[in-house]
Amino acid sequence: MDLKLKVWRQSGPDEAGGFVAYDAKEISPDMSFLEMLDVVNERILEEGGDPIAFDHDCREGICGSCGMMIDGVPHGPKSMTTVCQLHMRSFRDGDQLTLEPWRASSFPVLKDLYVDRTPFDRIIAAGGYISVRTGSADEANAEPIRKKDADAAFDAAACIGCGACVAACPNASAMLFTSAKVAHLAHLPQGQTERYTRVLDMVETHDTEGFGNCTNHGACQNACPKGISVDYIAQLNRDLFRATVTTAADPVGS
Amino acid sequence: MELNARIPSGPVEKKWENHRFEMKLVNPANKRKYDVIVVGTGLAGASAAATMGELGYNVHAFTHHESPRRAHSIAAQGGINAAKNYQNDGDSVYRLFYDTVKGGDFRSREANVYRLAEVSLNIIDQAVAQGVPFAREYGGKLANRSFGGAQVSRTFYARGQTGQQLLLGAYQALERQVRAGTVTMHTSKEMLDVVVIDGVAKGIVTRDLVTGVIERHAADAVVLATGGYSNVFFLSTNAQKCNVTATWRAHRRGAGFANPCFTQIHPTCIPPSGEYQSKLTLMSESLRNDGRIWVPKDPEDKRKGNDIPEDARDYYLERLYPSFGNLTPRDIASRRAKEMVDAGHGVGPMENGVFLDFKHAIERLGKDRVSERYGNLFEMYERITGEDPYDRPMRIFPAPHYTMGGLWVDYDLMTTVPGLFAAGEANFSDHGANRLGASALMQGLADGYFVVPLTIGNYLATVTPGSADTDHAAFADVEKDVKQRQSRLLDVDGTRSAASFHRELGRIMWENCGMVRTAEGLRSALQRIPELREEFWRDVRVPGTGEGLNPSLEQAGRVADFLEFAEVMCWDALTRDESCGAHYRPEHVTEEGEARRDDENFAHSAVWEFMGVGEEPRRHTEPLEFPNVPPSQRSYK
Repeated sequence: MDLKLKVWRQSGPDEAGGFVAYDAKEISPDMSFLEMLDVVNERILEEGGDPIAFDHDCREGICGSCGMMIDGVPHGPKSMTTVCQLHMRSFRDGDQLTLEPWRASSFPVLKDLYVDRTPFDRIIAAGGYISVRTGSADEANAEPIRKKDADAAFDAAACIGCGACVAACPNASAMLFTSAKVAHLAHLPQGQTERYTRVLDMVETHDTEGFGNCTNHGACQNACPKGISVDYIAQLNRDLFRATVTTAADPVGS
Repeated sequence: MELNARIPSGPVEKKWENHRFEMKLVNPANKRKYDVIVVGTGLAGASAAATMGELGYNVHAFTHHESPRRAHSIAAQGGINAAKNYQNDGDSVYRLFYDTVKGGDFRSREANVYRLAEVSLNIIDQAVAQGVPFAREYGGKLANRSFGGAQVSRTFYARGQTGQQLLLGAYQALERQVRAGTVTMHTSKEMLDVVVIDGVAKGIVTRDLVTGVIERHAADAVVLATGGYSNVFFLSTNAQKCNVTATWRAHRRGAGFANPCFTQIHPTCIPPSGEYQSKLTLMSESLRNDGRIWVPKDPEDKRKGNDIPEDARDYYLERLYPSFGNLTPRDIASRRAKEMVDAGHGVGPMENGVFLDFKHAIERLGKDRVSERYGNLFEMYERITGEDPYDRPMRIFPAPHYTMGGLWVDYDLMTTVPGLFAAGEANFSDHGANRLGASALMQGLADGYFVVPLTIGNYLATVTPGSADTDHAAFADVEKDVKQRQSRLLDVDGTRSAASFHRELGRIMWENCGMVRTAEGLRSALQRIPELREEFWRDVRVPGTGEGLNPSLEQAGRVADFLEFAEVMCWDALTRDESCGAHYRPEHVTEEGEARRDDENFAHSAVWEFMGVGEEPRRHTEPLEFPNVPPSQRSYK
């Protein structure tokens, strides 16, 4: 199949960018979307040009490195699928596709489709963990955890940190990302001790990193390749409310 | 090159305990005076950096990814072994030790393996305490599954995303130390060389992948946790950025490289669908618990899988290995699949796979139970192939997956360069000639949480803290080397992409140093690799400049290192004139067609010394002894 691509090219964080048109010719429907871009890049290189930069690594939908807007949709048209797992059989011969980087001021463009998502690490560093020194853990089976709770924790922990939720959100909010970690740890008995400091600290960092507030559009959930639910944002808000109202009497934040 | 493994005295069960008592300690108040560099933030690197930060060392952690959480450990699916014996099925530390030594076909160091089995217990405790959501039974206790190469059920798992959940646990522990100020995180920085001063590792030189700036970083010790080199085959299950650069550069600076030819081919991957293929996707071999592997008996039988009746199917693993059946170790399952395809029994459009069938499992367990166990793997398969494995058998074929070889390390995980440590897949230590399933996660976390943070103290206690200085002439020399090499890459201005050379190298390696290695094939590879390398340096085209983000430049540097490394891999395969584990020389097989070891001449680790690019490397040996697990011919019949 043959496709036409309109790709956002930007040589550096402080440079102006613009769209450039490319032909993607003789593409196999069994190729992944990134393999299609590999072929386009190989041709750009043969012609003496500068290949399109995009981040990627595992190509099996788990590392969270890849991601771009395809016709305004994060990770493209197939639901629950990262762009590396999207295959060309999802498109038709002759399609015209517009490729853009994640759109959020907290994720500055480094080059072309490549953005900086390090604010996510800082949100985790603010409290997205259980404080347990190596070697100080109890016997693993000492405390039973209901299967239901373990499964719920897992569902939230499936987030791959790709940033599609932020790119989809009209407010460029990272609440889905933040709430997934809050919910993961809040579902487990081990996560209770720091439950309320965690939510306060993570939300504070979320805000100082410049992400917008959640206004319940739900676009994040639709864009998420791992099916992370907006219910976690509701859970986060409940914990945040409780943490905030109890803080005055018994300060818990750090 | 001196190879002193420094194995502690005493019976194997007591060695680690004795050693912990005998090791020199660094006073808690002095720890913060020591700078430690950790390169790589996968399971081994992240857990080592976090734990050393907790202990009070001043840690600098480096990753070439934008975030530590992107490391390739994240992609491990199946599980992690631990000798908890929660199933009451006869497991013990000793049995895990025994299985690992035997599974490695008697080419690993007993003392290290015993320690690995011992600390496996602590890993599960640690991970649960961190909030890793392992699978649980309805009573709330941890669940287990069985895995290839073992007859007990000792594998802990988190659906098909065990690596992801364990890495997020280690990553969160790491970020906690970042917040505490004990770890400084350096993201998007690729280590391009190690700095050795008077024979001792004192730092690294990196390139900032975003700004392009070449930087010097000094430390009192350096830990490499940079993973394996399966991408030497171009097509592998490894992520695109996995590379040999850090360990190869360390090797060039004096670190012995052990058993580079011990590479593992994973039996359950999705077969390639065309020339453009950029990587192969693995599906957890836990699938072999319930899936049955077969091919049509008649090579001419071109019917669809479901249309082939039972009596026309050959469940060849069940036939050949009645007691282990579909759960034979990886090397055997892989080789047998290749034999079937080579003999014309291959299935699928390119006739390059064998069937893995869940029909009987669905009949026995119901679709829901099967979906609960393997749902995400089935989805992944369908997404890639467009075929639904609930309705028709999957097609699988082996692919390069893991490398048992790596930097030689002593019992303390220190390489032949004092002050330079290697952890996780980057070292060679525990798996011998073949790794058992669910043991990579175990080893990465054992090294990172429980071994290196302790043993590094044994070294640091002998070093004056802060003795390394980036103003030293050695740093300037290494930085100059790195810059010159980068300029050379950019200046070739040829016609071919680095990827095209990588693909060609991969083909040479897969054909001659892959699942089956003959002396003749290896000699031809040793002729072709230098030719290809020469062509690379004459005709590669690296667009752009060294300033700013340039993925083509990053890739070219990694391919250039693979082009040097591939040779020592072939030398190792050629000179190891025996078959063992995953290293299969058809000149040495038993009457049953299994690998035939030669313990008289090859009961050793081969450790290679770098003699110059294109020069024949020098082979040294570390003899191996097996007082506890007497070597026997592996039999999984």
